[in-house]
Amino acid sequence: MGENGAGKSTLMKVLAGLYRPDGGHVEWRGVHADFVSPHDALVAGIAMIHQELMPIPDLTVAENITLGCEPCSSFGRIDRAAQLSQAHALLGELESDIDPSRLMRTLTVAQTQVVEIAKALGRNADIILMDEPTAALSDQEVAALFRTIARLKTRGVAIVYTTHKMDEVFRLADRISVLRDGSLVGTAPATELNPSKLIAMMVGRELAAVFPSRQSHSDEVILEVAGLTREPAYRDVTFQVRRGEVVALAGLMGAGRTEVVSAIYGLQPASGGQICFKGRTLSILSPQDALAVGIGMVTEDRKGLGLIPDLGVGQNMTLTALRDFSRGPLLDHGAESKAVASRMTEFAVKASAPSQPISQLSGGNQQKALLARCLLGEPDLIILDEPTRGIDIGAKAEIYALIQQLARAGKAILLVSSELPEVLSLAHRIVVLRRGSVSATLDATSTDQETVLRHAMPL
Amino acid sequence: MLTLDRNLLHRFGLLLVILIVGLALSVSTDAFLSVANLTNVARQVSINGILAVGVTFVLLTAGVDLSLGSVVALSGVACATFAHPGEYSVFVPLAIGLLTGAACGLLNGVLVTRGGVAPFIVTLGMMTIARGLALILSGGRPVANMSNELTALAGDIWGVPIPVLCFAGVAITAWFFLKNFRLGRHIYAVGGNENAARAAGVPVERVKLFAYGLCGLLTGLAGVVLAARITTGQPNAGQAYELDAIAAVVIGGTSLSGGVGTITGTLLGVLLIGVINNGLDLMGVSSYYQAVIKGVIIVGAVWLDRRQARS
Repeated sequence: MGENGAGKSTLMKVLAGLYRPDGGHVEWRGVHADFVSPHDALVAGIAMIHQELMPIPDLTVAENITLGCEPCSSFGRIDRAAQLSQAHALLGELESDIDPSRLMRTLTVAQTQVVEIAKALGRNADIILMDEPTAALSDQEVAALFRTIARLKTRGVAIVYTTHKMDEVFRLADRISVLRDGSLVGTAPATELNPSKLIAMMVGRELAAVFPSRQSHSDEVILEVAGLTREPAYRDVTFQVRRGEVVALAGLMGAGRTEVVSAIYGLQPASGGQICFKGRTLSILSPQDALAVGIGMVTEDRKGLGLIPDLGVGQNMTLTALRDFSRGPLLDHGAESKAVASRMTEFAVKASAPSQPISQLSGGNQQKALLARCLLGEPDLIILDEPTRGIDIGAKAEIYALIQQLARAGKAILLVSSELPEVLSLAHRIVVLRRGSVSATLDATSTDQETVLRHAMPL
Repeated sequence: MLTLDRNLLHRFGLLLVILIVGLALSVSTDAFLSVANLTNVARQVSINGILAVGVTFVLLTAGVDLSLGSVVALSGVACATFAHPGEYSVFVPLAIGLLTGAACGLLNGVLVTRGGVAPFIVTLGMMTIARGLALILSGGRPVANMSNELTALAGDIWGVPIPVLCFAGVAITAWFFLKNFRLGRHIYAVGGNENAARAAGVPVERVKLFAYGLCGLLTGLAGVVLAARITTGQPNAGQAYELDAIAAVVIGGTSLSGGVGTITGTLLGVLLIGVINNGLDLMGVSSYYQAVIKGVIIVGAVWLDRRQARS
C-alpha cells in the first residue's frame, strides 16, 4: 500500500527485472538474484501484471497470452491448437468467456486487463506481482480474480498485490507493507491493522501542513461548461469556474475527467454541448484556439503530450509563449534566457543549465518546467491534470503553494486529481464524475473523503 | 550541457575524420592538395549540399523526402524549356525552375499534413510522378540550346564557382534561420514530439508544410544549377540524389526520428562524402567499387556515432 508516487510500481518493476536497483539486492531462494531483464525474472519464476496495460493490439488474445512462451511443435512451428487451448484454459480459470481467437484491439479495457492477468498466470510463476490489477475490472471480474488468487495460494504461489482499494487489501492480504515517499514505513499482519491505522501509516503526519490555506474567490464566472458530451466517454457535463476559484474534477479512473478537460483545451473536442469562456461561447478545436483565448493546460501525460525530450529545459519552458520572446519572426535570445533564468529560480527547477535536455530531469522538475511553460502563456484559466502524479513530496508542496498563489492572483483553476486529500484541501468546489456523468457538485469545506468517494463509486 | 558536448564532440570527430581522409589523400596522390582540385571538390559537392540542407529541414520534423532526385530533373527540364536564347529574360527560367521545385515540395507537404499519408509513401509517389512529368515535358530527350546567360550560373565569380556560392549562401541562411527564427525552434519541437508540440500551441501542420516547401524550393535551385552546369535539362538527371543527400545529413548527426540535428553537421557530412568521392576518383578506383565503399562508409559512420551516443 501507499499513496500515488510512494514508489510501489518502481519497486515491483525492480523485482520483475524491468529496472535495475541503484543499491541493495534482491534475494531469491536464498541467493542474490541480479535480474537484468524481465526474461531473467520470468525464468526464475517471477511474473508481473502491469498497471499500464501493454497488449499487442494486432495479435490475437491467445497469441498475447502465450507471447514469448508459445507452445511449439516440430521445427519450431507454433502449435496453434495448443496455443488456443492453453489460452482458453487460463481464461476459464478467471471465469472469463473471451474468445481466444479474437484480436486484442477489439477488446474493452476490462477484457484487456483480464487477458493480461491470464498471461501472468500462464507463466507458472512462483511469485506473481500484481500492480493495481483491478483498476478497470467490474465487480464480477474482481470476484473471479479473487477466487483465482485464493486457488493460487493453496497451490503455494505467493502474490504481491498493490492497490489503492482498502476493501481489497483486507479481503486478500495476509501481510501488509506500507511505502511512503519511497521508504518502507512498516510491515504488519493484516489482522493487526484496520483502515484508519493503515491510512495514518500511508499519509504520515506532516501532510496536513503541506497544504496552504484556501483564499476566497470572486463571483465572476470565467468558464461555463454546459451539457458537454462525447459518447461514450462523458455526457451532459455542466459546471462553472470563477475567477480565483479552484474547482476539482474528482472521480475514479476512467470516469471521463481527462476527456472533459481535454475537450476544454481543444485536444479532443466534444461532440455536443457548449463552452463559454469569459462571457463568449467558443468553439475550441485545437490547443492553439484554447491558448489564444487564455486557456492553458498542464497535461497528465507528461511524456506523450508535454515534453519535447531533446530540447533544453529553457526551450521547453518558452515553447508556448515563444511569440513573447520574439521580435517579428526572429527570436530574442536575450529576453528568452532572462525569462528562463528567472522562472527556473522562481519554480526551483533543478537543472545543470537551461540547455540541459528536459528528458534528463526528475519527474518533479519536469513538471515544474511544464507548469512554467503554461504560466508563461499568461492564461486566465489553468487546467491541471494530475499535476502531482509521480513526483516527490517536496515538489508536491511547491506545486500546492503555487496553485494557491495563482488562485489568489485571480486565475481560475480546474484541477483533476485522484488524490482525495489534495482535492479536499486545495479546491473550493468539487465536481464528481461517475462513468462520464456529473454525480455531485460539493462544497469542499463541508465535505469529506467518504462523501466524495460515495459519489464517485459506481452504484 | 550534455547534448552540447555531444554535438561538439560529434562535429569535432567528423571534422577530424575529414582532415584525416584529406591528409591521407594529400600524401597518397599528387593531385588532391591543389587549388584546382579543391575548387573542383567544392563545385562537385555544391548540388548535393543544397539538397542536403533542404532535406535537413524535413528530417528534423521526423519526415523524409525521397523525391529529391526526380524533382531535380523536373525543375531542370522546366527551367531549360524556358531558357532558349532570345526568348525570355534569364529570370523567367530561373523562377520557373525554383517554383517547380517549391510546388512539388508543397504538394508533398499538403499530402503529409492534410492527407495524413506517411511521408515515405507521399514522397515515393512524388519520386515517380516528377520523373514521369520530366520525361513527358521533354519528350524523353534532353532539352538543349540553353542561353548563355543561364549556363553562366555554372561559371565563376572572382574565381569562385557560382554553385559553391549558392551552396554557401543557402547553408548560412539555413543555419541562421534554425538558430534565430521562431519557426526554426518550432521545427525542432515538432520533430522532437509532435503531439506535445501541438498541445503547446505550435501550428504543427504549418511548420511541416514549410519544411517540405522549403526543401522543394532548394531542390528546384539544385535542378537549375545542375541544368546550367550540364547545359541541358536532362529528364534522367539526379538519379538517387536523395540518397546521397539523406546520407550526408545523417552522417552529420541529424536523427531520422526528428528533433535533433544541425546545419553545421550537414555541412560536414556533405564535405566528407565529397572528399571521399574525389579521393576514390583520384586513386582510380572503379565506380563499381566506389559505390560499395561509399555505402560501407555511410553505415559505418552512423553506426560509430550511435554507439558513441549510447555509451
